[in-house]
Amino acid sequence: MMARKVLALNGDEAAAYAVKQCKPDVIAAYPITPQTIIVERLSDFVADGELDAEFISAESEHSALSACIGASAMGARTYTATASQGLALMYEMLFVASSFRLPIVMSVANRALNSPLNIWNDMSDTMGARDCGWIQIYNENAQEVYDFTIQSFRIAEDHRVLLPVMVCHDGFVVSHSTEGVETLSDSEVDSFLPPRTPVYPLDVENPVTIGCVGVPEYYPEIKYQQEVATKKSIQTIKEIINEFNESFGRNYDIIEKYQMDGAEVALLTIGSASGTAKDAVDEMRAEGKPVGLLKLRLFRPLPVEDLRKALSGLKAVGVIDRHISFGSMGGALNMEVRAALYEMRERPHVMGFPAGLGGRDIRVEHFIKITEELLRIAERDVLEEDYRVVGCRGPGCIGP
Amino acid sequence: MALKSLPLHEYLSSGHRLCAGCGEGVTIRQILKSFDEPPIICNATSCLEVSTTPFPYTSWRTPWIHPAFECTGAVAAGVEAAQKALIRKGRKKKWDVVLALAGDGGTYDIGLQSLSGALERGHKFVYVCYTNDAYMNTGIQRSGATPRAAWTTTSPAGKVIPGKTEWQKDLMKIVVAHDIPYAATVSPSYPMDLQRKMKKAIQADGPSFILALTPCPRGWRTPPYLTIELGRLAVQTCMFPLYEVENGQYKITMKPKRKLPVEYYLRPQGRFRHLFTPKTRHDIINAIQAYVDKKWQEIQKLEQLTQQ
Ligand SMILES: Cc1ncc(C[n+]2csc(CCOP(=O)(O)OP(=O)(O)O)c2C)c(N)n1
Ligand code: SF4
Ligand SMILES: [Mg+2]
Repeated sequence: MMARKVLALNGDEAAAYAVKQCKPDVIAAYPITPQTIIVERLSDFVADGELDAEFISAESEHSALSACIGASAMGARTYTATASQGLALMYEMLFVASSFRLPIVMSVANRALNSPLNIWNDMSDTMGARDCGWIQIYNENAQEVYDFTIQSFRIAEDHRVLLPVMVCHDGFVVSHSTEGVETLSDSEVDSFLPPRTPVYPLDVENPVTIGCVGVPEYYPEIKYQQEVATKKSIQTIKEIINEFNESFGRNYDIIEKYQMDGAEVALLTIGSASGTAKDAVDEMRAEGKPVGLLKLRLFRPLPVEDLRKALSGLKAVGVIDRHISFGSMGGALNMEVRAALYEMRERPHVMGFPAGLGGRDIRVEHFIKITEELLRIAERDVLEEDYRVVGCRGPGCIGP
Repeated sequence: MALKSLPLHEYLSSGHRLCAGCGEGVTIRQILKSFDEPPIICNATSCLEVSTTPFPYTSWRTPWIHPAFECTGAVAAGVEAAQKALIRKGRKKKWDVVLALAGDGGTYDIGLQSLSGALERGHKFVYVCYTNDAYMNTGIQRSGATPRAAWTTTSPAGKVIPGKTEWQKDLMKIVVAHDIPYAATVSPSYPMDLQRKMKKAIQADGPSFILALTPCPRGWRTPPYLTIELGRLAVQTCMFPLYEVENGQYKITMKPKRKLPVEYYLRPQGRFRHLFTPKTRHDIINAIQAYVDKKWQEIQKLEQLTQQ
């Protein structure tokens, strides 16, 4: 194996460095905190001749994604990055990209949405875009950002998948925190990620019509095929992660377990909160409490069967969402986990904990309180509330 | 160049579902005749798009993509950029012309930002805006291109308000302000003028822009057989002057021998009927005439100013 460099990179730089090694043909993007470092670094790589790509400094995120759609339809490997308001502005085009089955990769440095204006982390942006037909991968730290940016291109461009991928990391907590990232050599990336082979590119020799009118007599079949492809992609994603693990000595999965042996209650986390939550689990374990943690990496497609398997046998699960779906049962993850488990005969109680909104710190003591609540639920075998907001001054909330 | 010498290919095949006499169909057919080889087309949501691609059918013998309404400039930019990269890296052999097609709604209004961004960045493409002065696909609503006093379903000729109260946006000025190498207005009623300008647009070193007036029988409330005649009257009344701006130099390409009163253009159209019945609104017609005269003088001055 070739010598690998460990570089000091923050999450954004890790994404940019990975993208450079993936050799995209076209990048179209627009700056927005906390993603901006990505487009700045990529601009540097292009300006310094380290990356041979067309860089389109679009005049908006809507245009950035539209340009990516045009470029990807031509057969180019295509990348963009955004966050928050930018992703919201792209919303219309997100559906078009996935329905065209274009393997665009987009980094999202998760950030809260206005109003009030808030540049800090939560997942209102990508969770609000969960039904757009994109694969969504959530990362805990810069190393994961690096590794999964590379895998995202493989996943997206795999002919069994052909779907765009959002590869997400928490704003500031990950995007701006520098860590040692073990990078792969260029040749390792090349061997893992061959050049893209487009299926139906825009080609004068072989003209295709992309983006026709779909009347009710055809629309459902087209959407059904998209749904089948999205569901089936779980298997391919697992295969690609396994190949990556084996090739480069990593140990990733779509759901990762921490201290789950003998656990009776568990936290289910997504993104960077997992790190702090693990510390809380360690503390509880030291006190002999049967507490474990599951980290969900893949939210779209939702690995329903894997979730059922991972959660079965538990007495209570606390789902840590990083956003609120207003007027329902907390966050989307809580609702979907509950829905997934509903038809199981023996199922744990599931309570939602929307936490860390707009960049509010979620600390170890928050997770301790949550696990204590879960242990109470397990003991009494009743769930009294669907969810409680964490890290907020308000009646019924857990801690400021 | 003569009409007879135009290529026989039909990149937009017959059998599409545009209305009889639709100016969009005639004009785009002429536009495509100016190509020796098929371009890659990026189309905006509009009558043209909807009427030519009802799955599983397509009228297009060229590669064609329609992602949405307001992003045609950006999509064409992406296609152009991809082509540059792929050719440079040896994954594509030859350069194909990138042709963006969008209506007045998709250009004057909702797509203006996307167009402006792409023009500023200098992507090499030909952008053709076919204007029929309204959002026809959604049922004749006013746009920035709708002329003053025209009836549309959102600028109705009511008991108090007589149609659209604002003047048409001067899109050409906005486009020309980007200092692109070539911009021109065309009409299907002047096919050889259109051909000549399209050739220049295709050869331009950078983005080029073509504004085509495409009469719409359905929305203008006119019989289908009047489409070409109305195109001619628009030019002869100077409601829609034919000119080009090449590297900043204005040139009027069709100076009417006898400039006709605007009434000749307005009267045959149902969308201006309220200017003539129940009583003739001389106030409005005169205001339109004065405005058209002013714009006509302005363009002549620009021609003088930028010559030499
Ligand atoms: C974002 C968005 N808003 C509104 C629409 C609805 N819509 C579709 S076509 C159209 C009008 C098109 O007008 P124009 O560009 O002038 O083309 P025409 O139909 O007149 O040829 C509108 C409003 C849409 N498709 N997308
Ligand atoms: S409504 Fe007008 S623009 Fe649309 S197809 Fe009919 S004639 Fe053409
Ligand atoms: Mg129109």
